[in-house]
Amino acid sequence: MITSNEVAGSVQHSPARPFLSIENLAVSFNTEDGVVRAIDGVSVALERGKTLAVVGESGSGKSVTAQAIMGLVRSMGGHVSGEIWLDDQELTRLQPEEVQALRGSEMAMIFQDPMSSLHPFYRIGDQIVEAILAHRKIGKAKARKETLDMLRHVGIPAAERRIDAYPHQLSGGMRQRVMIGMALINSPQLLIADEPTTALDVTVQAQILDLISTLKEEFGTTVILITHDLGIVADVADEVAVMYGGRLVEVGPTSTLYEQPEMPYTLGLLSSIPRMDRELPKRLDPIRGNPPSPIKLPPGCVFQPRCNYSDRVPNGACLDVRPELLPTAPDHLVRCHLPAEERRQISEEVRRILAGAVR
Amino acid sequence: MAGYVVRRVLGMVLLLFLLTLTVFFLFSMMPADPARLTCGKACSPAVIESNRRHLELDIPPIEQYQRFVTGIFVGRTFSKDSPRPIECEAPCLGYSFLRNQQVLTMIVRAAPVTFWLAIGGFVTWMTVGLTLGIVAALKRGHWQDRTVMGIALVGYSLPSFFIGLVLIFFVILDWHLLPLPQGFKSPFEDPGKFVQTMLLPWITIATLNAAFYMRLTRNQVLEVFGEDYIRTARAKGLPERTVVIKHALRAGLTPIVTAAGLDLAYLLGGAIITENIFSLPGLGSLAIGSVLASDLPLITGITLVTATVIIFANLVVDLLYAVVDPRVRVG
Repeated sequence: MITSNEVAGSVQHSPARPFLSIENLAVSFNTEDGVVRAIDGVSVALERGKTLAVVGESGSGKSVTAQAIMGLVRSMGGHVSGEIWLDDQELTRLQPEEVQALRGSEMAMIFQDPMSSLHPFYRIGDQIVEAILAHRKIGKAKARKETLDMLRHVGIPAAERRIDAYPHQLSGGMRQRVMIGMALINSPQLLIADEPTTALDVTVQAQILDLISTLKEEFGTTVILITHDLGIVADVADEVAVMYGGRLVEVGPTSTLYEQPEMPYTLGLLSSIPRMDRELPKRLDPIRGNPPSPIKLPPGCVFQPRCNYSDRVPNGACLDVRPELLPTAPDHLVRCHLPAEERRQISEEVRRILAGAVR
Repeated sequence: MAGYVVRRVLGMVLLLFLLTLTVFFLFSMMPADPARLTCGKACSPAVIESNRRHLELDIPPIEQYQRFVTGIFVGRTFSKDSPRPIECEAPCLGYSFLRNQQVLTMIVRAAPVTFWLAIGGFVTWMTVGLTLGIVAALKRGHWQDRTVMGIALVGYSLPSFFIGLVLIFFVILDWHLLPLPQGFKSPFEDPGKFVQTMLLPWITIATLNAAFYMRLTRNQVLEVFGEDYIRTARAKGLPERTVVIKHALRAGLTPIVTAAGLDLAYLLGGAIITENIFSLPGLGSLAIGSVLASDLPLITGITLVTATVIIFANLVVDLLYAVVDPRVRVG
């Protein structure tokens, strides 16, 4: 279930909160150049066992959202406001030690670059054992046994030998498997995967995504998958949240987002996926321009400077009025000034062009 | 690993050979005539000639070098045909006719002074430098950081002769906190006197290096804090203390500690300025004396010993690095 801050009221009335519920989350950093609002007014809810894909370009606030949930933003000097409810516990009001106890046990995270995410001086087995002993009082031998089982589980060949390997002795794909094993070792309820395949070879990417989906089913883990690649989302995610300029711009079930995307930014993302099944060679259609600087966001719609359709909005509202994230259908939220009719028409045009290029 | 060590040691021997060769010929081309220097003001040409023969300066330089190397391994005898020949047992580094002493004896006498000076200074600067550097890094941007960086800047800008003289003036002469230095005492002989004598030299030596290491440590630790594996350590739910000590400091301090090994070795070659200010009879004083007196055998001997220490320290540091950082392990 997905909600925005505008309809958050309905969440509070319901007797049970969704497993993960983020309400009006904002993170800002004080820098020498001014206050950076990395994310602003993000509200998302996710039921237990589901997968949410957070999609957007670099700098759209995806990773900061993830790190805010993990409680890692404060150590980076950021200010957090809003609420993060995980399993009926509000995380932003907890003491740092309390969040620390949840990190790695209730919620775990996999990072983008497995090359640099493991400590180069310690054996991979010891690094996983350390994660176990940080949360459970069990013997070293038992923890090592568990580590070995997990390494086998995530598909490390000759795990009994590799458990004593140093990170630099493993390939990138193997290291990401180790990271996944380390994240899942304490059976977390929530797994956040921050671009887990970006740094890997294409062939390995599919393996890692498969592994994450398989383990998610097996452990019943709720997953947040952060990516800039809409192409990998379709098979994995139940819900998709598209972020731009630190805000959610379109949220909905995966099938809706693929079949009836309405926000021009989502359409742009879909158009820029390279496809092997085109009949005629066609140049990719990228979104022109660059993401806005979070220090100086446009006063109106943050996507307006790059939007192909803003001239269709009457009164030029895109230039000076911030659009709200509003439901266009049940479960489908869009942040756009275009009239709903116009949006659907544009969506249909774009999808016809995309489909036409397919055999 | 064993093959690597053997290769490194062989390289070390070759380097020392080339080094002694260079030093030997460089100094044998000096304009000063050692034979003339060995006898006083009123010196007849006949005496100079006889001295030249005793010093073995009448033979070609290449033969002199041969005898020098032979002396290191099997020993040699100086002034063979004189009534009082001088036996120099292996390892013989030469004989100073200016001071009428064996070079090795003089070096062995001076070495402990320099050794204790270097060790004490090293411990002081590493303790102060690393501690303050780590504090500055952990409190980045706060007053602690600014204070430490201020101290580092001042320490960095003061030349050691200035620090030494200021310390003598205030601590000894003005405030009478310490007695005037009365020559070096071994720590085993008289620990109290030893510390009294060495305290100010240690501080003098440590100041510059401590300032340097404060900055180095701060930068290293801050750099490591930005690494992805530190974020991983936090994401695992480790206590911040474990993140800092086991993950950040382990990675950040390794290159510093190994670099410090080289700085220590350099210091073991003698701290010329500090030894002179505090009248410590160490290798630095010996070296400067030998150069001023054009005492060729002594210069050669000191250079050889110092170079050996530094080259050996280099080897140790490289091997040590392989032990602490698994990525550079070979074989």
